[in-house]
Amino acid sequence: MSAILAVEHLAKSFGGVQAVRDVSFGVGAGELLAMIGPNGAGKTTCFNTLNGQLAADAGSVRLDGREVLGLAPRQVFRLGVGRTFQITATFASMTVRENVQVALLSHRRRLGGWWAGAATLCRDDADRLLARVGMVDQAERACSVLAYGDLKRVELAVALANEPKLLLMDEPTAGMAPKERIALMALAAEIVRERGIAVLFTEHDMDVVFAHADRIIVLDRGRLIAAGLPAEVRANPEVQQVYLGSRATH
Amino acid sequence: MASVLIQFLNGLASASTLFLIAVGLSLIFGVTRIVNFAHGSLYMLGIYVAYGVITKLDAGAPGFWGGLIAAGLVVGAVGALIEVAILRRIYHAPELFQLLATFALTLVIKDLALWIWGAEDLLGPRAPGLRGAVDILGIAFPEYDLFLIAVGPLVLGALWLLLNRTRWGTLVRAATEDREMVGALGVNQKWLFTAVFALGAFLAGLGGALQIPREPAQLFLDLGAISDAFVVVVVGGMGSIPGAFLAALLIGEIKAFCIGFGTVDLLGHSFSFSKLTLVAEFIVMAIVLVLRPQGLLGKPWAIQRTGATHVEPPLRPATPALNAAAIALVVMLAALPLATTGYTLVLGIDILVFALFAASLHFIMGPGGMVSFGHAAYLGLGAYGAGLLLKKAAWPMEAALAAAPVVAAIGAAIFGWFCVRLSGVYLAMLTLAFAQIAWSIVYQWDTFTGGSNGIVGVWPAPWLAPRPAFYLATLVLCGGAIYLLRRMLFAPFGYALRAGRDSPLRCDAIGIDVQRLQWRAFIVVGGFAGLAGGLFAFSKGSISPDSTMSVSRSIDALVMVLLGGVQTLSGPVVGAAVFTWLQDTIARNTDYWRALLGATILAIVLLFPQGIVGAARALLAGRGRAE
Repeated sequence: MSAILAVEHLAKSFGGVQAVRDVSFGVGAGELLAMIGPNGAGKTTCFNTLNGQLAADAGSVRLDGREVLGLAPRQVFRLGVGRTFQITATFASMTVRENVQVALLSHRRRLGGWWAGAATLCRDDADRLLARVGMVDQAERACSVLAYGDLKRVELAVALANEPKLLLMDEPTAGMAPKERIALMALAAEIVRERGIAVLFTEHDMDVVFAHADRIIVLDRGRLIAAGLPAEVRANPEVQQVYLGSRATH
Repeated sequence: MASVLIQFLNGLASASTLFLIAVGLSLIFGVTRIVNFAHGSLYMLGIYVAYGVITKLDAGAPGFWGGLIAAGLVVGAVGALIEVAILRRIYHAPELFQLLATFALTLVIKDLALWIWGAEDLLGPRAPGLRGAVDILGIAFPEYDLFLIAVGPLVLGALWLLLNRTRWGTLVRAATEDREMVGALGVNQKWLFTAVFALGAFLAGLGGALQIPREPAQLFLDLGAISDAFVVVVVGGMGSIPGAFLAALLIGEIKAFCIGFGTVDLLGHSFSFSKLTLVAEFIVMAIVLVLRPQGLLGKPWAIQRTGATHVEPPLRPATPALNAAAIALVVMLAALPLATTGYTLVLGIDILVFALFAASLHFIMGPGGMVSFGHAAYLGLGAYGAGLLLKKAAWPMEAALAAAPVVAAIGAAIFGWFCVRLSGVYLAMLTLAFAQIAWSIVYQWDTFTGGSNGIVGVWPAPWLAPRPAFYLATLVLCGGAIYLLRRMLFAPFGYALRAGRDSPLRCDAIGIDVQRLQWRAFIVVGGFAGLAGGLFAFSKGSISPDSTMSVSRSIDALVMVLLGGVQTLSGPVVGAAVFTWLQDTIARNTDYWRALLGATILAIVLLFPQGIVGAARALLAGRGRAE
């Protein structure tokens, strides 16, 4: 399997704290890779360096063979990366459909228009994406009034707007009720598998991780301590130690 | 050498006053998050009250020094009253409303002072015991100024003790760090806020009172004081007391040395540093804001407040009924010259010009989320661009008018490039700084711009000279421009702009360069405001820095937008009409139009926080539900 995303020797420190040290991994097309680890393991830092929100200190991040470190998030988007956030980032004063339309218009480089109304532009494509995430019946509602679970679905539709090769999902189910979590992740998994999108996601909920991840990588204190199939990772003693908190005897 | 030392001491003396005003502003902002526009008025009130008390008591040293303290206390009490009666009701309102309310207070306080003390400058007595001068390296330096130099550090020390050695001070510091936390600790936040506001007002009043022996009480001191204080607070860092002190020293010294250098020959050109005094502090502020947006000693705000709590409803295209009403209105306006050629048309031209001016501000303020406190800069650039091209370059009137938006857009491109790097209050302050810089340049460049007298004889071409013709031309241009702005809002450009306001993070993740987008918006609205400026120039026949690019002109535009309602598209047009008509009607019938205007603004802010159009819409919606 050829890697869509290839991360090598990634490092990032804040002041004296090495948040990410020498992390290497890859994600293949159509693969769901979960990045797990205790709080403070460096998951979010790692994540934010991948799409250019944070500048990395060293290493390389290649997308389809192309180096992306040093690019701004908006440039990484142009290379085919979709992104969802731990706390949803949507346009609150705009409708659900408009949120998706803006992403579609941006992807097609049509946001500069200043005369023709935007309401009908990319409308069908937006509705198609919304239908796929089950939000088309709420297309006219403002994002500010949506339930949190629905907002997560909108964000998923927005992240799919540029037909990404790679989807980065930071805590996709954070802040949701347990039942909703399973449903949302099942939906996301279904969509990315049918489109052959590579996915990297972080997640706290182990049920979600073991239900959907094809492979898992484990971070602890900035280092990659394990990588492999869910069963392998589950059986890994070091991972167990980290998660069972028996570090004191370590 | 001696003169340098004297300039240095002069700088220290004015730094003390600057510090007293700015530190109160900073304290109030730190705790209540309100940018108190009325702080300069409290300073001015300090001078007047001190004058009143001292001349009444007339009892030598005790009367003088007691009068100073009493003035501070009176102003402190006024501050407490303002906080309890007005500000307490609007802590949860959008920032803009708070600014608007405190601006309204400046109008009320100014007219209050006019009513009590009259329009004459009032010169107070000199300080008993400190009337003389000391000899410093052969130059006489006033004893009172030496005393003032000591006041700044003394107040700084006293505040430090108050904030670091008392329980109350701990609460103030905690509230500055994290407001919600203090609420959670069970502290009576209300009275903490009142007390802080009173303390800030006391310091401003005292700062004013201390000026009594140095300068007369005058009615225009408020705006000068507030812009100085803003600069100091922004340069020092909002909420930072040592920052305010440091910035006051910096600004005080820079001003003193600009005056001290006077006119200097530089490379064969004579260059007047004293003319730089008006601009220097704003240049310092602009540099600081661009290089270190949080100020010299300020901390960056972790999370921005704007937008988070007040989300607009989505924009809906106009209903057929609304469209029909708009067309009917335009037809009626077009028919107006048939009914009258008199003063109503003059007022009509004013309203149209200001409707465009306000609509252009609304475009970046509402959908763009960038509050500009210096929008008059672009009105002024348009007016001066047209006026100068007509008079100095002898362009035909039509060409000069067509160039007005271009000149203003170029100005907006330069100013905007810096402004879009900031957001929130800091952005507002930088726009104010640029407007002041533009104003100062026009004001002081006598030979080119006509200085404070401005340019006269800016008349339209003969075919536009009759009033109905000019009115119709204004209607076409302003109406067309407002329509264009509206189209843009519903076009992809407007969508992107709103998206950039709502979530820069999301925009970045979907390929939108928000800064670039906002910069473009800045240039576009600069051009529209410039068109309004060009029309303004030709409608009046003369322009001056104060009539086109003053702070109060910028504030007018803000008031119009907020009056109409920032969340509605027709708001700025309605706001401009109501404001222009009100100002015109009130100004012709009373000497106290400012107070009435201020009271009107306060009433709107307190009673109709959504503006006129917003309130009307809410009313209609309520009726719709009831039926």
